[in-house]
Order: sequence, then structure tokens, then C-alpha cells
Amino acid sequence: MSIAIFKYAAPMNFYHLAGRMIPWFAWSAALLTVIGLYIAFFVAPTDFQQGEAYRVIFIHVPAAWMSMFIYLVMAFWSAVGLAWNTRLSFMMSRALAPTGAVFAFLSLWTGALWGKPMWGAWWVWDARLTSSLILFFLYVGIMSLWSAIDDPRRGDKAGALLTLIGAVNVPIIYFSVKWWNTLHQGSTINMTKAPSMASIMLIGMLVMVFAVWFYAIAMSLIRVRGIILERERQTEWAAEILEGKA
Amino acid sequence: MMWASWGEFWAMGGYGLYVWGSYGAAFILILIEIISLKRGQKQTLQRLKRMKTWESE
Repeated sequence: MSIAIFKYAAPMNFYHLAGRMIPWFAWSAALLTVIGLYIAFFVAPTDFQQGEAYRVIFIHVPAAWMSMFIYLVMAFWSAVGLAWNTRLSFMMSRALAPTGAVFAFLSLWTGALWGKPMWGAWWVWDARLTSSLILFFLYVGIMSLWSAIDDPRRGDKAGALLTLIGAVNVPIIYFSVKWWNTLHQGSTINMTKAPSMASIMLIGMLVMVFAVWFYAIAMSLIRVRGIILERERQTEWAAEILEGKA
Repeated sequence: MMWASWGEFWAMGGYGLYVWGSYGAAFILILIEIISLKRGQKQTLQRLKRMKTWESE
């Protein structure tokens, strides 16, 4: 196991491994999206409190979770990269950020469209919403920092530092509905008690969570292959790919 | 079947704007991400190939 990890820490091996994995993740994501949307719109019943408006949940919660989860994964790779100076870690972090930003934006957007009919407001400055907005700005800030620094290794380090500092925001988002009185509802699912929603709704939501998860993995693997090729273009194996031999 | 007609389905009990506005935005953004990623990969590959030919000359 540990040998395999070290093997795939080498950009060349990972480039080929990622290439083989992408179709599996992409097709799983597509299949799960179809199943998830079918449950969301044709199986899950109308909510007795919110009517049909609650169906936003099937995209809102997966997007919001994924925006936080991707950030944590980026923070993890940033820490690994800073600690052991492993090149691939920084590349992974760079490959994840744009997809994280998309989901952060979607969580805000779908939240606004859900908030308007339920709360009567597109936006309120409560703890959950404000910390989610900060998360979106963190993604944008980190990506701007990378594109502002020409030297890739220096950009890696600066971006990793900012990612790690911003990571403190993720638990704030997660626990905001507990720590403060927020307009945003409490968590639907948590570790200690049974979920407060009908099981078919829960299943539909979890299917969508896995769909966006696999989508995010597929997107970041495609992106990281481009980054690897760019950084490794001086090496023999990358040259072979660029010359069309491999 | 939960919906009496397609009209009812699209209306979403009067919440059509909010529900479809959410899913529509998700669909469009994901489409944009896929297309721009594909295009970006292609451009990177072409740029790297050009650099390779310059270096070997």
C-alpha cells in the first residue's frame, strides 16, 4: 500500500493513473445525476411545509457540502506540500480550486433562490450566509494569487499559505447554525441523531452528493493532468507525449 | 406519477422560478466549466507542443 502511494506521488505515474480513472468518475457522475434528478423530481413527495420549493435542496446541499469539502482537501494538500515539498500536492490543490469556486457560487445562488420564497429575502447577513460568502471569496482570492505570481513554485507556496489560513473559515461555516442564532435552518443531517427528513428525500440528496463528488474528482483529475504536463515538459516522458509517441 | 401534467411539473407549485433558477444555474455553470476546461486543455497542449518544436530547433 505504502509503496503504491509513493509510486503515484511521482507526477509521471499519476498522470497515467489519472488518465485511466477519469472516464470512470465522469460516467459515474453522469449516471448518478440522472438517478438523483429522477428521485428529486419524480419520486420524492411534496414537502408538507415548503411545498415544491424544497426541491432546491437536492442541488443546494450537495453544492454547499462540496464547496466546503473541496476546500478541506485543498488545505490538506497545501499542508502536505508545505511540509514535504511534494510537487504533486500543490498541483492537486490548483486543480481543485476552480471546481470548488463553482460549487461555492452555486451554494450561494441556490440558497438565495430558496431563501426568497421561504424567508422573503434573497440575502441576509447571518453567520451561515456570510461565512459561505467568505468561502467563495477565498477561492477567488487564492486563484488570483496563483495567476498573479509567475514563478510556479513561489505561487504554490503563497497559495498554500493562504489556503491554510482560510481553512479556519470551514468549521465556522459548518457550526455557524449552532453557534449563532441564524435564519438559516439547522443541519438536516448530523452524526448524533436521526436525520430530520423523509428517507426518500435523504436518499435523493445523498445520490446527488455522490454525483457532484465524482464530478469534482473527474474535473480536478483532468485539470491536474494539464498542470503536470506543463510543469514536466522538460522531462523525457512528457516530451514523448507532446511529440505524440506515447 | 406525481404530476398531473407537464404544465404542473414546470410550475412547481408556483415556485418554478426558484426551483428552475437553481437547477438552470447549476446546469449552465457545469456546462461552462466542462467546455472551458476542455478548451483550456487543448490550448495548453498546443502551446506546449509549439514550445517543444522551438526548443528542438
